Amino acid sequence: MSDLVPGEPGAGGYRAAWHPGSESATVAEHVGFQYAGIGHQTGTAQAGLWLFLATELLFFGGLFLLYTVDFARHPGGTLAASRETTLWIGALNSVILLCSSGAYTYGLGLARRGDNRGLFRMVLLTGTLGTVFLLLKGYEWYDDIARHLFPGPSFVLPAADGGALFWCFYFVATGLHGIHMIVGLVLLAWIGAGVRKQRFSPAYYTPVEGVGLYWSFVDMVWITLFPCLYLVGR
Amino acid sequence: MIGLATASDGARETDWLLGSLVGASALVLALVMGLMFIYVIRYRHGSGLDRGSVAQKTWRIEVGWTAATLAVFFGLFIWGANLFIRINLPQDNPLTINVVGKQWMWKIEHPGGEKEINALHIPVGRNVQLLLTSEDVIHDFGLPAFRLKRDVLPGRLEAMWLHADKVGDYRVFCDQFCGTDHSAMIGTVTVMEPADYQAWLERNGASTSLVAAGQALFIRYGCAGCHQAGLSGGGGTVRAPSLNGLFGSPVPLADGTTVTADEKYIHDSILYPKLQVVASYDPVMPSFQSVIAEEDLVRIVAYIKSLDPHAFAAGDRPQ
Amino acid sequence: MSTTTERSLLTLQQRADSYLTDERTIWSWLLTTDHKRIALLYFASITAFFFLGGAAAAVMRLNLVTPEGLLVEHEMYNRLFTMHGVIMVWFFLVPAIPVTLGNFITPLMLGARDLAFPRVNLTSWYLFMVGGVTALTGLAAGGVDTAWTFYTPLSTGYSHGWMMLVCLGIILSGYSSIATGLNFIVTIHRLRPPGMTWYRLPLFLWSLYATSVIYVLATPVLTMAMILLMFERFFHVGLFDPALGGDPVMFQHLFWFYSHPAVYIMILPGFGVVSEVITAFSRKGIFGYKFIAWSSVSIAVISFFVWGHHMFVAGTSIYSGIAFSLLSFMVSVPSAIKVFNWLATLHKGFIRFNAPMLYILGFIGLFTIGGLTGLFVASLGTDVHLHDTYFVVAHFHYIMVGAMVSAFFAGLHYWWPKITGKMYPEIWGQIAAATIFFGFNMTFAPQFILGYLGMPRRYASYDPGYQVLNVVSSLGAAVLAVAYLMPLIYLTWSLFAGKNAPSNPWDATGLEWQTQSPPRTENFAFTPVITGPPYNYPRPEQRQHV
Repeated sequence: MSDLVPGEPGAGGYRAAWHPGSESATVAEHVGFQYAGIGHQTGTAQAGLWLFLATELLFFGGLFLLYTVDFARHPGGTLAASRETTLWIGALNSVILLCSSGAYTYGLGLARRGDNRGLFRMVLLTGTLGTVFLLLKGYEWYDDIARHLFPGPSFVLPAADGGALFWCFYFVATGLHGIHMIVGLVLLAWIGAGVRKQRFSPAYYTPVEGVGLYWSFVDMVWITLFPCLYLVGR
Repeated sequence: MIGLATASDGARETDWLLGSLVGASALVLALVMGLMFIYVIRYRHGSGLDRGSVAQKTWRIEVGWTAATLAVFFGLFIWGANLFIRINLPQDNPLTINVVGKQWMWKIEHPGGEKEINALHIPVGRNVQLLLTSEDVIHDFGLPAFRLKRDVLPGRLEAMWLHADKVGDYRVFCDQFCGTDHSAMIGTVTVMEPADYQAWLERNGASTSLVAAGQALFIRYGCAGCHQAGLSGGGGTVRAPSLNGLFGSPVPLADGTTVTADEKYIHDSILYPKLQVVASYDPVMPSFQSVIAEEDLVRIVAYIKSLDPHAFAAGDRPQ
Repeated sequence: MSTTTERSLLTLQQRADSYLTDERTIWSWLLTTDHKRIALLYFASITAFFFLGGAAAAVMRLNLVTPEGLLVEHEMYNRLFTMHGVIMVWFFLVPAIPVTLGNFITPLMLGARDLAFPRVNLTSWYLFMVGGVTALTGLAAGGVDTAWTFYTPLSTGYSHGWMMLVCLGIILSGYSSIATGLNFIVTIHRLRPPGMTWYRLPLFLWSLYATSVIYVLATPVLTMAMILLMFERFFHVGLFDPALGGDPVMFQHLFWFYSHPAVYIMILPGFGVVSEVITAFSRKGIFGYKFIAWSSVSIAVISFFVWGHHMFVAGTSIYSGIAFSLLSFMVSVPSAIKVFNWLATLHKGFIRFNAPMLYILGFIGLFTIGGLTGLFVASLGTDVHLHDTYFVVAHFHYIMVGAMVSAFFAGLHYWWPKITGKMYPEIWGQIAAATIFFGFNMTFAPQFILGYLGMPRRYASYDPGYQVLNVVSSLGAAVLAVAYLMPLIYLTWSLFAGKNAPSNPWDATGLEWQTQSPPRTENFAFTPVITGPPYNYPRPEQRQHV
């Protein structure tokens, strides 16, 4: 059976059975009424985010599995098709993304120390680098399509050899990655706005951490994608 | 009410397994429902029965019924898997008949070129190999009386083995949803005495056998240009593997493995030549995908199957 | 105090604040983050989808009364069964228990005030609604005629219809599922009250947890399969087209990798409801708590490794068939363990025959039949004959409709007093339970025979020899339709004229019964501390002879 702990009904009594809240009023207003305190909420938010990333792993995983099977079935065609990718853009974009992750992580360190202005600058830098990435990617797509590399009637490589499948994978994977980047940029903007509104402090910066986790994950997807797309044939 | 005919030994074996499954299921269901009824009546609220005490150490009971379930299930699995393997084993000396499915009909072609639509005539007591493919979407050639079916895929050749032991007419159903008239894609398998089958073949004789038609196509599509399959005057500058006696013989591939040249290998080599390149040859054969229709492929494969290793015409360059 | 005064005091208290009466504007409902209100929003949605999908089935069964098809042309029939499958799978069965009963009861069972992420919960309802409306638009605009399984190349190259809209709707509902699953997993991990160890969780939560694991891990693969399908249909790049180097069977792998675990998503929550109801109405602790708990988890794990049993005759290798067949037999073992444990729970209980219990007893019978017939199709030798026939249709309807919908109604009736504060009319509940059981068997039992006799599924017209069994099945469907309308009517009636419900009408254990019916918005005034296992009803030997 359960023993109901006597206490005052309402918010105070509820929390009294857990750990008495020691956070300040501004932090307390961020804590949902189902949580025992800021630590409880932060840990839960992190758990949720990691679980979400696990679903993303399964999501991209299916796509990479498709790539692996097609590569195994048509090695020659895949390699030949991979050689048609524009290496300099891919490599430059990889560097840009890595730098952006680095910038954000540095910003996270600043957040822990309470340096809100520094954090804002890092968020801005990350967002800028992310935007440059997308612009380069957009140009690369334009160029790929102009060179008739989009699979379909005007596809320039012999289709049945696996070339069409590779370029299919290329456009779907980079397209989905791009969508994730755009969502990331929106999240960065939200963090930036929050920093400006003085929402975060060393006692409460959970959303900053969360977005950082997401951004790093999107980065990792690219790191896996880069060799699959650009390096296999070279 | 319809009954289900049994046209082969395999069908009978399947029925045995099905019957056993029904028996086992009935037993389990009787046990479960029986216990349930007994318990809810005996132990209903207000029955006044002295319940006594409930078992504390339940571990042994749990392991017991789990082990029993596992054992029964494993036994059933083995039986089913064994049957499945034997259903799919190639049979000796088969009569090979080609089946091409398309929306929404079945096109059947016998080795002698005899064609039928939505009907399949086969002799009783003979091993029959059906080579199945599709021209468009995935269909399924289903023969309830044989307890068999196989999905029919575009761009692929699948083999199904039959051995009918009862004369009669049996249903063919398309068993994979394939579009608007899926339910109209039905036909009849007619199993006949061998003499009747011969007579039927003669009545429906084709002007050319599959092999002869295949030979004509072999020339028309330029295969002879490289493969010099025993035709005089067939000369080319490209070095290509000889096709004489190819069918049934081992083929060493460029990746070090060896495959046996069956109908599927020949069929796939024409459509996807770069997938299995023969050792020491360059991968220069063009693909004939979307060039040669499945029906014509059937004839070409039949022709290549017929090529005798000892038939060299004069004037051929040695391989 | 006399009982009458007690009851009227209690009544007074219940007429006071509850989550239903706290705020009354439309926006307080549409923008709520209260898990209980979200559960009701979901409940309205899935009821609507259930009856839409059911309407399609009604037309189908009516059409099948004659061999040529009584009502509709082939094309229309194909659109109808596609609509039936899409709606019932993604917009009824996959969400059903978790989003209604799960959303409502989970925090209550945990003594918590809400789920871990209430705003994510609301977002998941909106995703579900947008996805549902999108899919319905496609189905209504002109329909899709590919079957809910969308096999390529039929769906990518040969079908004319609004497939893109329907696929988009499915993708959105998938994200709704992922959000819900994520919420439950995190909630069960992080919001348990003091003293509630894992082995003190109610079994409903164990099964919800297992369901959520599948939601979270399998649904992304469906999303990818749908994206690739839409890409292929729109651009014809050759992903699943052999003429361009692709492989149509690859789609089947991607599709079934999700869709097989999905059927366990559908049934696992039902298992949880059974454990709750059977203990309450046997007034006895569950037999083999740990075995039932872990069987849910093992079903969730093994379910990911059996998808190939949908493809035994699809052109996959014999080795693949053997592996998947063995695993499919293995995945049935935990379910069998559950049934044995439930029967053992009945043993020496004190059984009452209220409506929830009748539904559960029906569940046990129907689930056993459905599960046993699963063995027929798991077995390689027999599946060759039964694949894509009405046998399979009967098998999965026994589980998904016979068992699962019975469990849903059981849970609905069991927790109805808690959710609405009203009692449903007991006698009508019992009549409906019996009618559903009878109507269901009449509809689907003949289909096992039809399948053995060779009648293929998805046939708009059939050989005349199959007519008698089809007519029996269609008559059964008519009974079933009436039976499903019954709860709709009397449950709605109870909202207006039912007796007020006390906090614990069944005298059951469980934290959800420790608060008022219906609960306040914040559920509990103070946090409970758990000091013992669930279902701690007095042992039979401790009771007086009753």
